[in-house]
Amino acid sequence: MYAFNYHRPKSLADAAKLLGDASDGKFIAGGQTLLPTLKNRLASPSDLVDLTGIAELSGISVSGGIVSIGAITKHGAVATSADIRKAIPALANLAGLIGDPAVRNMGTMGGSVANNDPAADYPSAVLGLNATMHTTKRKIAADSFFTGLFETALEESEIITRIEFPVPKRAGYEKFRNPASRYAMVGVFVAETADGVRVAVTGAGPCVFRHKEMEAALSKSFSPDALKGIRTDPARMNNDIHGSGEYRAHLVGVVAKRAVQNALG
Amino acid sequence: MTISVTINVNGQPETRDVEPRTLLVQFLREHLQLTGTHVGCDTSQCGACVVHVDGKSVKACTILAAQAQGAKVTTIEGLAQDGKLHPMQEAFREHHALQCGFCTPGMIMSAVDLAQRHPNPNEETVRHELEGNLCRCTGYHNIVKAVMAGAQAMRG
Ligand SMILES: Cc1cc2nc3c(=O)[nH]c(=O)nc-3n(C[C@H](O)[C@H](O)[C@H](O)COP(=O)(O)OP(=O)(O)OC[C@H]3O[C@@H](n4cnc5c(N)ncnc54)[C@H](O)[C@@H]3O)c2cc1C
Ligand code: FES
Ligand code: FES
Repeated sequence: MYAFNYHRPKSLADAAKLLGDASDGKFIAGGQTLLPTLKNRLASPSDLVDLTGIAELSGISVSGGIVSIGAITKHGAVATSADIRKAIPALANLAGLIGDPAVRNMGTMGGSVANNDPAADYPSAVLGLNATMHTTKRKIAADSFFTGLFETALEESEIITRIEFPVPKRAGYEKFRNPASRYAMVGVFVAETADGVRVAVTGAGPCVFRHKEMEAALSKSFSPDALKGIRTDPARMNNDIHGSGEYRAHLVGVVAKRAVQNALG
Repeated sequence: MTISVTINVNGQPETRDVEPRTLLVQFLREHLQLTGTHVGCDTSQCGACVVHVDGKSVKACTILAAQAQGAKVTTIEGLAQDGKLHPMQEAFREHHALQCGFCTPGMIMSAVDLAQRHPNPNEETVRHELEGNLCRCTGYHNIVKAVMAGAQAMRG
């Protein structure tokens, strides 16, 4: 790691000011993505501004059909929250599949969503459940948040404060893990929401995406069989040492059926 | 530039002036000479460096010492009490759950955390929970046995 200055502000205003004053500052939350990146010397920020001391970024609440989760909430806290498990069991299950227990004790929801790793789990839940990102500047709907490989609609000094998930009628997640990294080779989140059926696919392509053909089929009949014969274009898939585009396209179909099965319970 | 960091390590408050980029594992090994916490990969994969931060298992190679400011950290050196091995350490010895021993400190710290959350774990739970801890020697079989026995001993 190159040298940097470290700050741990107590308020959002101080965090924004510290970042603004730094020549090349970066926020850090759990550090489970950022620290490995820094160790590889892939980035050399002048300052790290730690968000985890800011009280208003924490907390989980469920009311009026909305699950609201503070940005610095750890994966482990989401996995074990009785309130989340009751309202959206698929979300708690997904959190329990991220990395390993030690990673889940540090990594945060805001960090994962802001990072938008193509193989991360949370982006599929955010997109599948039609969640809303609340930031220090505005509200951003899931459909316009994830803009590309490691790219989001967030501006430089914008902080995700919390994420609101509307409680769906039912939802399910299934993940086919890369056995070495434990990230998703393919992960599919399906949800029957107030605005219809949504199917979000992570791991398979360069960025999480909605599978419109599957959404149409599941709107007619919410069952694994409804997905029979639906093809996914291999040209849109990642093609790397872990799997070819054809392999991933096939996996999307298999994993989606299991996700629907999980939603049906 | 250095910053002053105070961490309670194994019940003892420790203050050191360190560079902000100092990892917790460096703080423990290089500043406090607590070398029981190992570095296997330095890439967050192997779990040899697992310690408890405020009672929860964390990879000490993937957290800055500054992030642990004010926290209570327990390392493998802090488990034995009054010269008596912790029940999980005793179970690893009894069930021959180590060969070279390099992964063992991290395995045991993860296992103690696991047993605190799952007092009566079955084999599947143990294997799932230890996914972040790699062992190149044992084939895991005896580790799983030891963790189940250690959890039982911790229940008393
Ligand atoms: C061994 C290992 C296995 C893993 N396996 C998985 C897996 O299976 N699935 C998975 O999804 N992930 C996995 N991860 C990644 C993990 O989930 C990370 O916790 C997550 O990607 C980033 O969260 P963080 O809080 O650690 O963020 P950090 O690393 O602290 O930050 C990541 C980025 O987000 C920015 N950021 C952080 N918080 C905010 C905020 N509130 N607003 C705006 N920007 C912010 C930071 O500036 C930085 O650019 C794994 C990591 C490791 C080390
Ligand atoms: S040394 Fe920390 S995970 Fe391997
Ligand atoms: S005993 Fe040698 S690595 Fe586990």
